[in-house]
Amino acid sequence: MVASTAIAVPPLGEYPQPRARFRWREPSVLPGFGLTLGFTLTYLSLIVLLPLAALVLKSLELSWDQMWEAATSARALAAYRLSFGAALLAGIVNLFFGVLVAWVLVRYHFPFKRLIDGLVDLPFALPTAVAGIALATLYAPNGWVGSLLDPLGIKVAYTPSGVVIALIFIGLPFVVRTVQPVLQDLNKDVEEAAASLGAGRWQTFRRIIFPSIMPAALTGFALAFARALGEYGSVIFIAGNLPMKSEIAPLLIIIKLEQYDYAGAATIGVTMLIVSFLLLLPINILQRWTRQRAGEN
Amino acid sequence: MVIEVNQITKRFDAFTALKGLSLQVRPGELVALLGPSGSGKTTLLRIIAGLEFADEGRILFDGADAGERHVGERRVGFVFQHYALFRHMTVLENVAFGLRVVPRERRLSNHDIEKRVHTLLSLVQLDQLSGRYPSQLSGGQRQRVALARALAIEPRVLLLDEPFGALDAKVRKELRRWLRRLHDEMGLTSIFVTHDQEEALELADRVVVMNHGAIEQVGTPEEVYNSPATPFVYEFLGNVNRLDCKIKDGAVGLWGSKIKAETQDGRPVPSGEVAGYAYVRPHDIEFVEGGHALAEPAIVRHVAAAGPTARIELALEGHSNLIEAELPRQRYLELGLKSGQSVMIAARAARVFPATFDGN
Amino acid sequence: MALGKPRKEARVASLTESPAMRAGLIGLALVFILAFIVLPLLAVFTEALRNGFGAYLTAIEDPVALAAVKLTFIAAGISVPLNLVFGIAASWAIAKFDFRGKSVLITFIDLPFSVSPVIAGLIYMLLFGAQGLMGPFLQSMDVQIIFAVPGIVLATIFVTFPFVARELIPLMQEQGTEEEEAARSLGASGWQTFWRVTLPNIKWGLLYGVLLCNARAMGEFGAVSVVSGHIRGMTNTMPLHVEILYNEYNMVAAFAVASLLASLAVVTLIAKGILEWRYEHELAAIPR
Repeated sequence: MVASTAIAVPPLGEYPQPRARFRWREPSVLPGFGLTLGFTLTYLSLIVLLPLAALVLKSLELSWDQMWEAATSARALAAYRLSFGAALLAGIVNLFFGVLVAWVLVRYHFPFKRLIDGLVDLPFALPTAVAGIALATLYAPNGWVGSLLDPLGIKVAYTPSGVVIALIFIGLPFVVRTVQPVLQDLNKDVEEAAASLGAGRWQTFRRIIFPSIMPAALTGFALAFARALGEYGSVIFIAGNLPMKSEIAPLLIIIKLEQYDYAGAATIGVTMLIVSFLLLLPINILQRWTRQRAGEN
Repeated sequence: MVIEVNQITKRFDAFTALKGLSLQVRPGELVALLGPSGSGKTTLLRIIAGLEFADEGRILFDGADAGERHVGERRVGFVFQHYALFRHMTVLENVAFGLRVVPRERRLSNHDIEKRVHTLLSLVQLDQLSGRYPSQLSGGQRQRVALARALAIEPRVLLLDEPFGALDAKVRKELRRWLRRLHDEMGLTSIFVTHDQEEALELADRVVVMNHGAIEQVGTPEEVYNSPATPFVYEFLGNVNRLDCKIKDGAVGLWGSKIKAETQDGRPVPSGEVAGYAYVRPHDIEFVEGGHALAEPAIVRHVAAAGPTARIELALEGHSNLIEAELPRQRYLELGLKSGQSVMIAARAARVFPATFDGN
Repeated sequence: MALGKPRKEARVASLTESPAMRAGLIGLALVFILAFIVLPLLAVFTEALRNGFGAYLTAIEDPVALAAVKLTFIAAGISVPLNLVFGIAASWAIAKFDFRGKSVLITFIDLPFSVSPVIAGLIYMLLFGAQGLMGPFLQSMDVQIIFAVPGIVLATIFVTFPFVARELIPLMQEQGTEEEEAARSLGASGWQTFWRVTLPNIKWGLLYGVLLCNARAMGEFGAVSVVSGHIRGMTNTMPLHVEILYNEYNMVAAFAVASLLASLAVVTLIAKGILEWRYEHELAAIPR
């Protein structure tokens, strides 16, 4: 185009737009939509949605006062406190070490790096009961680690600290695996630009790198936290399970069930579910935000 | 085969991609759908193929409604923009695919399938690469495999979506010529989508210029280039100078000559004084002697004389934008134009459209 | 990014950490991994072999242990194929079509991941247990789900529900629909398109998902624990059997069975690593 302004075409909005017709899906030449979606919805409903509805229904068998009492009994409150506190503490430890491990794996070269990288996924793959008895044995007063700590007067196994240890194990991969790809995609030239403008290494990390990996790290933290809240297998062996002291919320459900207090179990279950859902929302927002930011780069 | 597109409308949610569009393609024709992105050209091609479904209107193949036949039954060869080669199959298996999925009672023997595939592959000059996987081919080679695969089912119509879009300039030129020859030799009816005007003008028998889901103009490359029907076509095809002007009683005095304004849809030009645009192609600007009656004074601002044509940038009194003129090297040397020189110019041809009808 | 890697020699003090700092960070990370991941794994095998290989074999060859192994295989053998079929169906519908409510559906599919395994067991208990919503009906039909194999299978299906779908959805979304459209335009039927074009393209992602799904199915503890009833030799899976042996202070036997599960985890990790390394591009879309 010479000597002329941009092509003089009015923007889309200026055309009269017919009102959008509501359509459940765009037509396609690929077959099998009805079959696959039908199967998906049926299977989802039978396995997940209907049973979860049963949980809500069962808890409704109690009156409001009974429900409130079951959900907020002293023992239940102590259990929530432990579950939340330990999950939070483990999450914070994982936030720090997860970022560290991800950083080391992405940025440095050292022997057996691939092996270490693979081992990070072990908590995902190792059955929780196996992890539970292994950790309990390690941290018992006569175990490899416990015998080192015992003379110092530190007791881990069969105390709330044991719960934290188990939850650190369970949650580690979440932070590493969410931060790792973000670190990998981080453009080195941004750091080079910062350095060329006179920033020291620590300033570059604090002002350039840290803000870019923060959303991913928080996502990993939230995922690890959510998983830790519901964790059972790896915790019960090392926790000692003393009522009011080292009893986690999921264990309380099982105890209620063993006492045939189905409604009470359901009430605690619903309470935990509500908390999980409330957690899921910020996680999804964080993840979407992380992905959008990654897309911009 | 005659392809008839009849009043096709297509909407995606609130966005209307095609607005009651009609078109006829004659047997043996090679037609280009040309337009900017978002003009609806790919959607139209996919609807003709049966890959997308129109909300209103019909597609007729030789007078028969194609809507009753799904894409697999239409016998259309479709070449996808990014080729859509089956990445886990060799070149040979890619081309053979359309022959192997035929129901058993109508399927050729394995031997015949392979023979046919090899014939096709030699046609596209890739026979020696039949054992390779798509990831081991260059862009141009992939393009030819995609074409051979589409031709294997002996299509009645060949549809190509931006066939040369992802290739570099040299390969593109080569493949263009080669596609033209193939189209003629096989007696196909073909439609291809492109946003590249040069490609459309060079390759096609007829060009369909599209914009915002509607057809701006249909014609031979010469027609659409030399007599654009609308301001959009003027600006989309080739270089053009656009000058603001005032239309008085349906006409404009431009550089001494009086030009009648026209509207693209044949409606009368508003009477009285309205704003308008005059379009002059750079090669339609003439340099004339001082005493010429139909001339306008201008000052040469810049000369780019490399190559067979010289481009001269000119400043006109009363116009803030520079305009551009093109003239053959020989003529440029005769005139001896220099930066800063005062000249007189005239327009060999120009057209004027009222601004209110601008664009669409 | 087609920019290429930054040159290694371009290291300036302000572009990377000092060697001492680097060594310190690597050391700290390794100590953490060692303490929290390697030690527990080592402990499992050491404890299992504490009384020698003979005692290890005796513990594993115990008929009750073998029954637990068998039940674990049954539970995984049913739940993994079902979730495989579900994963393919769900990802086909979600990745290849545009429809309303898609993101809600994806959220629902992910739901079992955010539910405590104990709650997963609990919901089936409340549905099918003696005092559950359908309990009286099941009793009248003489069908037992809770404290029996069906309950264990259901709980396992629930906790492994999203695994395959989760791997396949991003993979199939990334691959788009062009190849399938090409197959259709060449005359292939729906099944031909799926078997000849889609399935070969997703097979490694599928295997990846199945691998993770199977590891979880065989190792699940919390959910299965709630519905199992812990009947020795009848409704005990391997993880539950580990728990019983451990609570009976039969450490060698507990760790022997645990070592089988740990081996499964290690094999899974190795296979996963091989897949990620060998088919990096095919699996690129899968978040890890």
